[in-house]
Amino acid sequence: MQQFLNVTLTGLTQGMIYAAFALALVLIWRSTRIVNFAQGSMAAATAFIALALIQAGWSYWVALVVALASGFLLGAVIERVIIRPVEGGPELNAVIVTLGLFVAIQALIAIVFGSSFQSFPTPFGVRGFTVGDTTIPVTPTSLYVIGSVLITMGLLVALFRFTRVGLAMRASAFGQEVARLLGVKVGRMLTLGWGLAAVVGSLSGLLIAGGGFVFPAYMDSLIVFGFVAAVLGGLDSPIGAVVGGLILGLALNYVSGYVPRGSALVNITALAILIVVLLVRPGGLFSSATARRA
Amino acid sequence: MSGISVAFGGVSALSDVSLTVEPGQVHGLIGPNGAGKTTLFNVACGLVRPSAGRITWRGDELRRLRPSQLSTLGISRTLQGVGLFAGMTVLENVMVGAHRHARAGFFSALLALPTADKDDRLLRERAQRALAELGAESYAGRYPGSLPYPVQKRVALARALVADPDLLLLDEPASGLAEDEMHELGELIRTLSARMSVLLVEHHMDLVMRVCDQITVLDSGEQIAAGTPAEVQADPKVTEAYLGDEVVETDAAELARTEGGRNA
Repeated sequence: MQQFLNVTLTGLTQGMIYAAFALALVLIWRSTRIVNFAQGSMAAATAFIALALIQAGWSYWVALVVALASGFLLGAVIERVIIRPVEGGPELNAVIVTLGLFVAIQALIAIVFGSSFQSFPTPFGVRGFTVGDTTIPVTPTSLYVIGSVLITMGLLVALFRFTRVGLAMRASAFGQEVARLLGVKVGRMLTLGWGLAAVVGSLSGLLIAGGGFVFPAYMDSLIVFGFVAAVLGGLDSPIGAVVGGLILGLALNYVSGYVPRGSALVNITALAILIVVLLVRPGGLFSSATARRA
Repeated sequence: MSGISVAFGGVSALSDVSLTVEPGQVHGLIGPNGAGKTTLFNVACGLVRPSAGRITWRGDELRRLRPSQLSTLGISRTLQGVGLFAGMTVLENVMVGAHRHARAGFFSALLALPTADKDDRLLRERAQRALAELGAESYAGRYPGSLPYPVQKRVALARALVADPDLLLLDEPASGLAEDEMHELGELIRTLSARMSVLLVEHHMDLVMRVCDQITVLDSGEQIAAGTPAEVQADPKVTEAYLGDEVVETDAAELARTEGGRNA
């Protein structure tokens, strides 16, 4: 029982991070129909910026805010300067461009910050709370991870549902040409969308790094997991991305926790899930593809 | 618009077409399929750039017109089909159309400052009023995909009207509508013309003849006739363009029958 709780809670915590990363992919997919393979390197770059500030003596929280802000800037600038020319063109062009960015940013990180492993701090402890004389597997860090992702998602929902800018962003995502005719500055909305997505991606990068090591390619596995989570949820649905992230987090932790030598099977499991989803339900669990066609 | 020509890769889609929509008038644009009606419409919206000619709006020439400027200029357009945003409620769809009436700037709206908050409320109210005017307020919380086509068309029209335009561009508003709905639409267009000018592209001749003050007829990218409905109908070139002369004859009969109701 103790082990089950433990595995489940770890799964949910990791799942939240996958969910955040998947959400970043979905935000970009919805608005520009591009899978942003550079999301991981972009997030890693901001994590290194945070680490540099922390090493220079700033507090974790200042570093977090600066990292998220630079994530926004990075996302917005990349959309405006590099992605804009390939938007609306052949899909393959955009894929190649984001793959190129993925490699280029990773190389840039290695040049600027070095390619060695560096430990990344976490603002809270990783030891479980104690109730009476038993230690429960809820750690302050896991609460921080789950809480910060939930708050971010809440803010995004509020932005999209209740503000005029959110409305215009959704309109741009559903029909660029129509939105343009109604006076929406679609280009600006796309830039904003990329910026916001990069903030969410950057958050996931900082959370997964907390208490562990960072190196230029440390986000690579998260790209795979985040992508699987996004596809699981339908690539088109923000709620789907979150549910997909949680399902994947749980599934992977059950495999590594209960299957003999399961930790070696984690990556294979993720890819197996991806293949099964694409074969059985290519639209994902929460696909809105049918509604879209109407 | 005067002397508008458009060529797509050497194929001439429009040549030397001129058209003026007078304030408060309903101007019809008709012609057989492929005559260039939609192309001319797209030129008016900045979606297609003409290879020659001038577009003038309220005495100013519009150079390098961009679609997103349209609503600021006081021009609204509906699309062939409906073009509603599928994942947004009817009310939200209409709110997007009211965009130009928001006062708060981009950044205060983003940061949800108090002015922006008030804006959101205003937009919501405006959108509700526009829906009410078209009798679609009961659908405000529904998603467009779940509504019957004629209702969707009304919502699309509400979205165009909520911006309070001075010129309304209607692209085949009657397509897919039943006879009585089309009749209602005709009356609605006449009512609207008290507030704004209307440029109407439409296939249904009886509707066009009934509601329009002026008509321009295109055929194969060329303007073959222009004038009042009666003048256009009397024009032999128009009859010829439509081949089946009987179509126009029945329309004339139709017009005679409905002439009295037009100004009611």
